[in-house]
Amino acid sequence: MSTHPQLRRRAEAAASRLPPLLARAEYLANTVLLGDHGRRRSGLGDDFWQYRPMQLGDSFRMIDWRRSAKGDAQFVRQREWQIAQSVSLWVDNSASMNYASGKNLVEKSDRARLMALAISILMIRAGERVGLAGLELPPRRGDGQIWRLSEMLMQDSVDDYGSPEARAMIPQSRAVFISDFMGDISVVESALTKAADRGVRGALLQILDPAEEEFPFQGRAIFESMQAQVRHETRKANDLKDRYVARLAERKDRMRQLARATGWVFETHLTNAPVQQALLWLYRAMERGQ
Amino acid sequence: MFGLSLGFTAPWVLIALGALPVLWVLLRAVPPAPIRRRFPGVVLLLGLEDKESVMDRTPWWLLLLRMVLIACAIVAFAGPILNPKAQGASNRPLLVVLDGTWASAPEWRRQSDVVVAALQEADRQQQEAAILRLTAPEQPDFLPASVWTRRVTEFEPQSWQPNFAKLEPILDTLSERNFDTLWVSDGLVFGGRIEVLEALEARGEVRVVQSDAPVFALHSLSQAEGVLTVQARASVPVTTQKTVSILGTDPSGVERLLAQGVLDFTGEPLASAEFALPSELRGRITQFEIEGVSSAGARYLTDDSIRRREIGVVQVGSDREGLELLSPTHYLRQALIETADLIDGPVSEILPANPDVIILADIPALAPDDEAALAEWVEAGGLLLRFAGPQMAASDLSRDEEHPLMPVRLRVGGRTVGGAMSWGEPKALAPFAANSPFKGLSVPEDVRVTAQVVAQPDPNLADRVLAELSDGTPLVTRKTLGQGQVVLFHVTANAEWSGLPLSGLFVQMLDRLTVLSAAGEDQAAAMEGTNWQPVRVLTGSGRLIDGQSLVGVEGSALLSEAVGPNMRAGLYRDGVRSFARNVLREDDVMEPFVWPAHVPVSGYEAPATKELTVWFLTAALVLLMVDTLVSLLLSGRLRGFGLAALALVVVQSTSEAQAQSVDHGALADEIALAYVVTGDSALDALSHAGLLGLSTVLNRRTAIEPVAPRGVNLETDELAFFPFLYWPVSADQPVPSPSAYDRVNTYLRSGGMILFDTRDSDLAGFGVASPNGRKLQILARALDIPPLEPVPSDHVLTRTFYLLQDFPGRHSNRDVWVEAAPPDAEQVEGMPFRNLNDGVTPVVIGGNDWASAWATDARGVPLYPVGRGVTGERQRELAYRFGVNLITHVLTGNYKSDQVHVPALLDRLGQ
Repeated sequence: MSTHPQLRRRAEAAASRLPPLLARAEYLANTVLLGDHGRRRSGLGDDFWQYRPMQLGDSFRMIDWRRSAKGDAQFVRQREWQIAQSVSLWVDNSASMNYASGKNLVEKSDRARLMALAISILMIRAGERVGLAGLELPPRRGDGQIWRLSEMLMQDSVDDYGSPEARAMIPQSRAVFISDFMGDISVVESALTKAADRGVRGALLQILDPAEEEFPFQGRAIFESMQAQVRHETRKANDLKDRYVARLAERKDRMRQLARATGWVFETHLTNAPVQQALLWLYRAMERGQ
Repeated sequence: MFGLSLGFTAPWVLIALGALPVLWVLLRAVPPAPIRRRFPGVVLLLGLEDKESVMDRTPWWLLLLRMVLIACAIVAFAGPILNPKAQGASNRPLLVVLDGTWASAPEWRRQSDVVVAALQEADRQQQEAAILRLTAPEQPDFLPASVWTRRVTEFEPQSWQPNFAKLEPILDTLSERNFDTLWVSDGLVFGGRIEVLEALEARGEVRVVQSDAPVFALHSLSQAEGVLTVQARASVPVTTQKTVSILGTDPSGVERLLAQGVLDFTGEPLASAEFALPSELRGRITQFEIEGVSSAGARYLTDDSIRRREIGVVQVGSDREGLELLSPTHYLRQALIETADLIDGPVSEILPANPDVIILADIPALAPDDEAALAEWVEAGGLLLRFAGPQMAASDLSRDEEHPLMPVRLRVGGRTVGGAMSWGEPKALAPFAANSPFKGLSVPEDVRVTAQVVAQPDPNLADRVLAELSDGTPLVTRKTLGQGQVVLFHVTANAEWSGLPLSGLFVQMLDRLTVLSAAGEDQAAAMEGTNWQPVRVLTGSGRLIDGQSLVGVEGSALLSEAVGPNMRAGLYRDGVRSFARNVLREDDVMEPFVWPAHVPVSGYEAPATKELTVWFLTAALVLLMVDTLVSLLLSGRLRGFGLAALALVVVQSTSEAQAQSVDHGALADEIALAYVVTGDSALDALSHAGLLGLSTVLNRRTAIEPVAPRGVNLETDELAFFPFLYWPVSADQPVPSPSAYDRVNTYLRSGGMILFDTRDSDLAGFGVASPNGRKLQILARALDIPPLEPVPSDHVLTRTFYLLQDFPGRHSNRDVWVEAAPPDAEQVEGMPFRNLNDGVTPVVIGGNDWASAWATDARGVPLYPVGRGVTGERQRELAYRFGVNLITHVLTGNYKSDQVHVPALLDRLGQ
């Protein structure tokens, strides 16, 4: 029997991955209570800010006649100044993100995409423009962008470790880098420096598997990267634990220093930790810099 | 080794143990294999060196484990033997002497083991051996011991003791050569045991193996006052309790346990158990047995002696007070009361009790209906015993023609001899003739007959006479009537006419006539001159086997002689009498034999030679498994792999059906057509190909997209996943088990459909008994199938997808049967079909061989020709359309029967 009876089912199954991710992301986004996002001063915007008495130099067109008709003085209606920020996302889609140490744990890439999409939804709802770092998907606003983002986020790369995308960043915009930052740290460093040069600030979210954090291995083993390009053989894995953990801590410190130097913030998130916690941190980090 | 001796059949293999140290070094040098792990954090590991290099070596205890493992294997192949018989220093042949009596039957298995062990040892020593069974002596042949090893299982214990007279010639022939003897004995005394021992000792060493356990046997049964007492004997005084069971037939003739009692041996060789049973139950007893002792001695057969016969004494008229001694039945009662239950009363009251014997003492005439009932009773096997008397002599009974209830015709008045008014002396009895049942009874001199009724000389008189007087006049006559008999004593039952009722002979005669049981005091006399045929005989182990093919035994021998091959213990029969000859008689003793001090006697529990190869190999295997697990544990692979292995073990130990549950998970959201696996591989392949072809057509033409068809084993597979089963019927397929039928019925009730295809409608019309049709009847008998009818022209099957009126397969027969429409279904005016909205037929039965018409190979090429040319292709197309309609019907039910479709259908039907 040919496989064509399953074709439709498989296509639907593949297609059905997007909405759940989106749904989960929206659900996650809903858990964050949106605060006031205005600039707290009058300017260009949609929302009412204040009435002020007409001053010299105001044209008649600016007078709010409805308000003025209630009294003798003429009033000008002012709106709150609203300005949209651009947020660039870079989500590591390399092979190393596809790692999950146990059946009960999600892959790091899954968590990263979820976080990215959730923060995108939050940002877009707040009126910001969100896009992917690089040239593929420039920042835009609107719900359509969420769909485009989720499509783009589903793509996998064949590289072992990802390197941050720092090209074509809009000056003074904001950026979010989500990765395990297991690759070459100098690439991250150069990307961050480049971003800082353009006045871009943002957040680095390191997503790690608990196994990567704790190194629970023992016995004789050959460790391989996900694409088997790097390997290391040991005779007694448990003996390596302390030194591995030290190296990991060292790398995190390095990341933190880099972040501080460039005005970014850095946080580590484990895939077995609650998602909201990390999302809230990310949201705050986005909010803070405005 | 642990105080036990250990030997090897191939000791040179042990040299391999020397290689163990080399192996130690080798194993130490090779570290365990590494595990490959995917781990993104490997970049952080790069450049890290292992601090120590000790743990990469196998730990010493694991090495030790492996050494032991290999040592076990080496030792196993060296053929270790525990307790090899080193004493076989003499190279004389071995003679195994077996008592082989019933006393050794409970221990027979262990005795056989001892014998086999001895023979195997002799085989190892290259000795010749022979076996001599004392109970079934044959000239022993000294053959290679392995020949006898195979024959040991043929031997069985016998139910008798050895007979020295038969052993003597064999012992004489054995004196020609020297041999050692292993005597496996039951330990009981028998005549000549010491002589046999001496003869054997003259030829070589004699070892004796015998059990320490006492031998138990039942040896007597007595009854007094309605209480049965069974006595058992043990060979040595013991303190133990044994259960004795009474077995007997129930009213339907099946052997059952009637009662149980306890034999309490309290330091005595004798013990007894008492049973008070109703006579009804007592009459059913066939045997006693000691529970848990399987020997002929522990089984005691019973015969007539245990039965108390019921004898009806007919009384007519009122008793005359004060004349008890003159009562016609007084002496009868005295003779019978000890051993029989008497019933008094008129015939009408006696007959319902169905006694064994009815006695009419000087009663010439009965009421006509009583007489008829009595005749009927006699013909059914009863014994009517009549006595003459003054009333009979005075009556016209059986005068001119023979009365049915009289053996002879009588002359008028009878005769009186030796009285005051007559000539001659009172007559004595003549010795009994050879063909008389009284043969062998001695006639007392003092019995005289003074009066009697006289038989008319008839042609058949001579045959009917059982006893006669010295002058030749008949005294006792008998005729058979149906299955029963009528016996007439030509004298009175009291002392009025003769002294016979006063003599012991009277009781013996009654006994011979089976009026009484065989348990009279003069048993020897009663048995004299009789010949008994064995019915069932006991084997040595206490089993009852058919004895009809054995020769008969003379009655006195049965009483006096010891049992032997020609007179086995068992149940004997002579006519209607039965006699049980048991292994032990009441006065038989059972004593343990005291072996002379110089003869070594040992029990079975002496350490037997044991081959240890299996144990060492098993140990090696177990160690191998432990080693595997430990290795996995050490290398950290146990978590996944070990669990998987464990799961594998669990899965394999559970049923096969469970193993298929994975498969079912996939089936739960797919549709698959299924066929019943018949076991005939060609037929199953045809079913598969047929359903494959149909599945392809369904895929192509309809929204039904079945996956590859499955074969379903009704015994093991879950049917719930298949909406449709194709069941091809072949004449030789096995009938499913009841549990499978349960599941199929559940399947049918829960909405499944089965298409039965007898595939023979080219040969036989449906319902005509073809082999497949008959098989279908057998197969479907246990199924819940509703009433059927041929597919009516308005059945929904004709329009579920295609509009069809015929359902051809490879054959084109119109007879296809489905569930009958409910009787109240009526055609609505103006509608082309009836309103049949409920239910899907659970079965469709036909013989058109649809699978052959549907069958295609994987590329879609039809496998079997259908019809000829274009017509044939049209028929194949119609077959496919039937299949499409059928599966659509299965999946959509009767919705096409809904009136909503009527306009469209009417339009298409052109109406």
